[in-house]
Amino acid sequence: MNATTSVHVERLGKRFGDFVAVDAISFDIRAGEIWGFLGPNGSGKSTTIRMVCGVLEPSSGTADVLGFDVARDPEAVKLRIGYMSQGSTLWADLTVQEHLRFYAGLYGMQGSEREERIAAWMQRVGLGERRAQLAGSLPGGYRKRLALACTLLHSPQMIFLDEPTAGVDPVSRREFWDIIVGLADEGTTVMVTTHYLDEAEHCNQLAMIYNGKIVARGSPEELKHLPQIGTTVEVLSNDTVGVLDAIEHLPFVRGAGLYGSSLHISLSDAGEIESLNAAIAARGLSAGAAHSVLPSLEDVFSAVVQPQ
Amino acid sequence: MSVALKIADITRRFGATVAVDGVTLEVESGEIFALVGPDGAGKTTLMRLLCGALAPDGGSATVDGIDVVSDPERVQGAVGYMPQRFSLYPDLSVMENLRFYGNIFGIPQADFEARASSLLAEFALADFAERLAEALSGGMKQKLALACTLIHRPSTILLDEPTAGVDPVSRREFWRLLYRINRSGTTIFASTPYMDEAERAHRVAFMSGGKIASVGTPSELKTGLHGEIVEIRCARYRDARRALHGVPTVRSVEMFGDALHALVSSAAETIPDFRQRLHEAGIEDAVFRAVPPSLEDAFVARLTA
Repeated sequence: MNATTSVHVERLGKRFGDFVAVDAISFDIRAGEIWGFLGPNGSGKSTTIRMVCGVLEPSSGTADVLGFDVARDPEAVKLRIGYMSQGSTLWADLTVQEHLRFYAGLYGMQGSEREERIAAWMQRVGLGERRAQLAGSLPGGYRKRLALACTLLHSPQMIFLDEPTAGVDPVSRREFWDIIVGLADEGTTVMVTTHYLDEAEHCNQLAMIYNGKIVARGSPEELKHLPQIGTTVEVLSNDTVGVLDAIEHLPFVRGAGLYGSSLHISLSDAGEIESLNAAIAARGLSAGAAHSVLPSLEDVFSAVVQPQ
Repeated sequence: MSVALKIADITRRFGATVAVDGVTLEVESGEIFALVGPDGAGKTTLMRLLCGALAPDGGSATVDGIDVVSDPERVQGAVGYMPQRFSLYPDLSVMENLRFYGNIFGIPQADFEARASSLLAEFALADFAERLAEALSGGMKQKLALACTLIHRPSTILLDEPTAGVDPVSRREFWRLLYRINRSGTTIFASTPYMDEAERAHRVAFMSGGKIASVGTPSELKTGLHGEIVEIRCARYRDARRALHGVPTVRSVEMFGDALHALVSSAAETIPDFRQRLHEAGIEDAVFRAVPPSLEDAFVARLTA
């Protein structure tokens, strides 16, 4: 662990009875990075984030956050981080400003310092105009911004965001990400979980988790070039289901995803494109010739979790 | 082409909230139609209006020619509706759940056996017929719920966020089933909060604040964007983002992994200006290219225009 590492996790595990929620995972997060944790519901994302924040005790392994061992010194960690959990931590009948005052009180802020910080964060997340509005009447996107402002009030060095944009419209989502990227720009480390594959593209580094294990990691670009993904090709057709039936059982086809009139096919080898085209033509299907495309993160995820 | 869903100016209020606000929409028979929008947009309310579970305050709708307002019970018997939550009994087995739905729809025993076994085979659930629903994985539960929705051979099915919380691999498999069902003639009307999922539909309507903001095929919506996406790659992408932030010709600038995506009116006109601005910020290694917009880009452009 050195100054440029914000999180160092080693063989961290969590069991609930017989169920292994998180299975001895290890990872590092560098300072100032937006580190994304991508996986379906129940894959272990939230359990991991809660252990790293010191909210949940691990069954095994260690997590160092900002130089402190979470198990031994959870209070030191909690003072330096912000955690925005998935569930709503807002009270419907408190205003925006009252929420921020409440959180400021928890962190021991007082007087003019408190008011200045509250004003600054309301401004930053775009809630200045809505300071007197009840949280219960805020649109979804603004509720998330308020939760974020509460998380940031004590200027943490690192923030943990658990599915921060679930259920938010795309414009609000982009504005929310703009704020997150701005924070990372200023040096805040961000660990964020999501199950939106398109949202994961915003992260500098990604780890894909499945059944409690990290199955792939890297930048979005690196993940799309992982050797085990093979070559991804696109075939356009009005009968993608027909094409799928024609090619699914070919030995060099590893997987296929349907997207309207487009079919993404993962091949074990780029040399098989000709054989693929021939197999489609042999069925007399009307389809364009396969051409290689950059895989989507969904293609990547499907390839890494399916046993070959 | 016949019409499966005909929705005319339908409105539903809950107290002071207008959940569905004058929605007009037509879905043709045989289409896969996606209703995409954030939580609270009114998608579930619209679904419930269409399946006759909820009466509208104004307007009308027909499903396969049946009026949902005057004949809600006939609609309920004719369409397949898969709600977002609770449609399976956790302490009944896969087969018992199917049988329960078979009974609700009054399917004769002999027909039921044939129908159930063909659905179980098609959905790769035959080996799990005796398993309790609660012991199924998330993806399998969704498949079983879909099978229950199809037990009475509806010609139109309404699916409310059918893949919420399902892993990407199961989501893929679920969509494969949808394409197969659709290929045999079933109209599919599905809601989703995922923009990338909507790309899989033949046509898409974007719903926001109880209203339909735009309708079209994914490619129509993208070509109707009135904007282009410029991808910018350079080592100091965060500095580049700051340099381009707030430039009047840039409608949004997004981090996209280690690249930036800027939404502009014309890529060709904007790139020289970008090059100049980045040069002024001391960035000389930027590579620009126009990239195809996503459906999300299209909606953001529509909502921010």
